[in-house]
Amino acid sequence: MIHRALPALRAAPVWIYVILIYGFIFLPVGVLVLFSFQGSRVPVPPFNGPSLQWYEAVFTDERMMDALTNSVIVALASSLVSVVLGFLAAYALARHRLPFARVLQGFLTAPLTVSYLIIAMGLLITFNQLGVPKSLLTVGIGHVVINLPLCFAIVYSQMGAHQANIERAARDLGAREWQVLALVTVPMMWPALFAGFFLSVTFSWDEFIIAFMVSRFEVTLPVEIWSMLRTGLNPKTNAVGSFVFLISVATVLLLDFVVFRRKKT
Amino acid sequence: MTDRPPRYLSARVRAWGLLLPAFLWTIAFFFAPLAIMGLYSLWQRVGTRLVSEISLQNYEKFFAKSFLFQSLVNSIEVTVMVTVISVLLAYPLAYILAERVPRRWQRLALILAILPFWTSYVVRSYSWLLVLSEGGILSNFLLDMGITEDPVSFANNRGATVVGFVHFFVMLLTLTIYANLVQLSPSYRKAAADLGAGPLRAFLHVTLPLTLPGIMVGAFLTFVLCIGDYITPQILGGSRELLLPQTIMMQIARRSDFPMASALAMILMAVVSLVYLACARWLKIDRV
Repeated sequence: MIHRALPALRAAPVWIYVILIYGFIFLPVGVLVLFSFQGSRVPVPPFNGPSLQWYEAVFTDERMMDALTNSVIVALASSLVSVVLGFLAAYALARHRLPFARVLQGFLTAPLTVSYLIIAMGLLITFNQLGVPKSLLTVGIGHVVINLPLCFAIVYSQMGAHQANIERAARDLGAREWQVLALVTVPMMWPALFAGFFLSVTFSWDEFIIAFMVSRFEVTLPVEIWSMLRTGLNPKTNAVGSFVFLISVATVLLLDFVVFRRKKT
Repeated sequence: MTDRPPRYLSARVRAWGLLLPAFLWTIAFFFAPLAIMGLYSLWQRVGTRLVSEISLQNYEKFFAKSFLFQSLVNSIEVTVMVTVISVLLAYPLAYILAERVPRRWQRLALILAILPFWTSYVVRSYSWLLVLSEGGILSNFLLDMGITEDPVSFANNRGATVVGFVHFFVMLLTLTIYANLVQLSPSYRKAAADLGAGPLRAFLHVTLPLTLPGIMVGAFLTFVLCIGDYITPQILGGSRELLLPQTIMMQIARRSDFPMASALAMILMAVVSLVYLACARWLKIDRV
C-alpha cells in the first residue's frame, strides 16, 4: 500500500505546479471575460451580473463598429496580398535554381527579425517624407510587410520534390506555365496557403503599433481599444476585448480544423 | 530536361518575374524605410525644423542625457528578468506536458496552455490591470483574507510590467521547449540510466543539454519581442520609469523629434543584433 501511495505523493507537487501555472495563465483572461458580463459600471468585484448591457454598448457604438469594419478590411486585404506575393516568391525560389537563393531567402524573411515598433517608425518617417497621407492603405501596407515573410516561409517550407514531379508531369502533358501554377500547384499547396492566410489574418487583426503609428482618422479595432483605455477600467473594454479574443480563437480553431485534420487523413 | 537553351533562359526570367513583387515590396516598405530612418538618425531637429546635416549629435545626446540612457538600462534589466523568469516557469510545464501527461491529452493540454496567446496584445495588458490595480481582483482577495486593511495597487510599476510580460512569454517558451522535448528519443535517458546515472544526473547531463536549442530559440524570441514592446510597459508600468520603446514614442508624440527617435530605434536594433550574434551558435543548431 505504501509503495503504491509513494509515487502518488511524489507526483503531488507536479500537479500543484500545473494547477498554479494554468491558473496564472488563465487568471487575466477569465477576469476579462467574467467582468464583461458585469451588471454595474466598474469591472471589479463584487460581480453582479450577468448582464449583456456592455456588449450592447459595444455593438451600438458607431466608432467601434467602424473600427471593426476597418480591421476586417485591413486583415483580409493585407493577408490576401501577403499570401499571393509569398506564394509566388516561394514558387520561384523552390522551383528554379536562382543564383544567391539563400541570400534572397534571408532577404525576404528579414522583417521577421525586426521589432514591429521599428518597422512602424521607418514607415511613418518614409510616408511623412514622401507626403503620403496616413490611412487604412498605409496600415495595410505595413501589415503586408510583417505578414509576407511569414506566408513566404510557410509556403516555402511545404514545397517538396514530389509536387515538383507532378508539376513536371502537367507540363509534359502540355499545360502552360500559368495553368500549372493555377490548376496544379495552388490546389496542391492549398493547406499551406490557407495556413499562411489565416495566420496573417490573426496577426493583422491583433496588430497595434503599426496601425497606431501610420493611421489617422480611420483606425483599426486595437487602436480604438487603446484610446478607450484612457477612461480607465471599464466593462465596455472588457466586452470588446472578449469579443476580439473570441474572433481570434475561432480563426485559430478553424485553421486547426481545416488544415491539420486534413493532413492527418 | 528537353528544354532548349532559349526556353531555359525564359524560365529563369519568369522566375525572377514571380519573385519580383515580393522582392520590391520588401525593398520599398522595409529596407528603404530602415535606410531612411538610419539617415534621419544622423540629422537633427532644431526648433521645429529638420536640419539635414550629418552628425552623431543624437547618439552623443543619448549617452550624455541620463534619462535616455537610463531607459535602455531599464529595458535591458526588465528584459533579462522576464527572460529568466519565463524560462524557469516554462521549462517545468513543458517537461510535465511532454513526459507526464498521457499522449492523447498532450495536444489538448498544450492548446489550453497557449489559448490566452490569442487575446489581442492591448487587451492582454488591460486584463492584468483588472487583476493588479487598486480595487482589482488581487487587492480584493487580500482584503477578504484580512491580509490588508485598505485596497492596494500592484499596477504602475516595474513588477506589473514584468508580470504582464512573463504571462505572455511563458506560453511562447512552453511551446518551443515542448517542441524540443518531444523530439528527444527516450533511449538517451535509458542509456544514461543503464550507465548508472540517477534521474537527476540523467536530467542535468542528458536531457537539459539536449533541450538547450529549444530554450535558446524561445529565450531569443522572448528577448527580441520583449525589448521592442511599447504596449505592456505603457499600460502596466506607468510613467515613473520608462523603457526604451516608451522613450522612442515620447520623442515622436510629445516632441516630434524624429531624428532622435530614429537614433533610439537604431540603438534598439543594435542591441537586438548583438544578442542575435551572441545566440547565433545555438540558433543555428536548431536549424540544422
